[in-house]
Amino acid sequence: MKRIVLGALAAALAASAFADGHEGKHRARAPLLPQYAQECGSCHVPYAPRLLPAASWRDLVARLERHFGTDASLDAATAKAIGAWLEANAASGKRAASAPPENRITRSAWFLHEHDEIAPATWRRPAIKSASNCAACHAGAEQGVFDEHDIRIPR
Amino acid sequence: MNARILAATLLVLALGASAGMATAATPAELLSAYARASGATPSAERGRQLFGATHGREWSCSSCHGDRPTGTGRHAATGKSISPLAPAFNAQRFTEAAKVEKWFRRNCNDVMGRECSAAEKADVLAWLVTLKP
Repeated sequence: MKRIVLGALAAALAASAFADGHEGKHRARAPLLPQYAQECGSCHVPYAPRLLPAASWRDLVARLERHFGTDASLDAATAKAIGAWLEANAASGKRAASAPPENRITRSAWFLHEHDEIAPATWRRPAIKSASNCAACHAGAEQGVFDEHDIRIPR
Repeated sequence: MNARILAATLLVLALGASAGMATAATPAELLSAYARASGATPSAERGRQLFGATHGREWSCSSCHGDRPTGTGRHAATGKSISPLAPAFNAQRFTEAAKVEKWFRRNCNDVMGRECSAAEKADVLAWLVTLKP
């Protein structure tokens, strides 16, 4: 009985992982808004909009002059256009249900789960530096592609 | 000088310098606009010192752009690579007045906790244009 329960659990986990991956791949096809890539991608990977719920994006865009310790302010028209696009393409389904603390992608439940095998010391490697540096390990991060097969963790 | 007036001055200069070409400008044009707005002669040496020093906060300009911003820099928080800042090493730098103003506004705020004066911008740009391959 125990074995059957474990088997069912493993199957359910695999199915949910597949669903996540599938959803990710499917939604990665939406091209980045050029304004977003230009304005936000100068300092960090232009994080795919589906990585945060709409409410988190709204909050972030409303306070760009105090953005994780830096001034990322934009003129009002640009902020409005980028904000509308982020909200329109924000997380859907399970990931949309709860906004992570401080609007940090890296504190989302799904993010912590997906990265639970990464040791704290690995994050601190000079070539990685921070969990916000997606592109250190995910070659397709700039394009919003986070395929399991496309990961290379630098030494 | 009020930042908005300065931005308008730069925009007018850029427009006048290249009729029809949106806001295209050259580093030399932007430098002379900042110098004119400050009413002082820019000093590359002062610019070099401003760039390399901290100003009461954690970061200096060089924290992200490197001590000599002729190569690729690295964002101090995110690790993202930053293309060279010195115009002789990156032809896209200091060619658009509005973009230059935006980055001075943000980055001076991060480094100094305030906007930079026209004189400070002129000094930094005067130093950057002296950096040659």
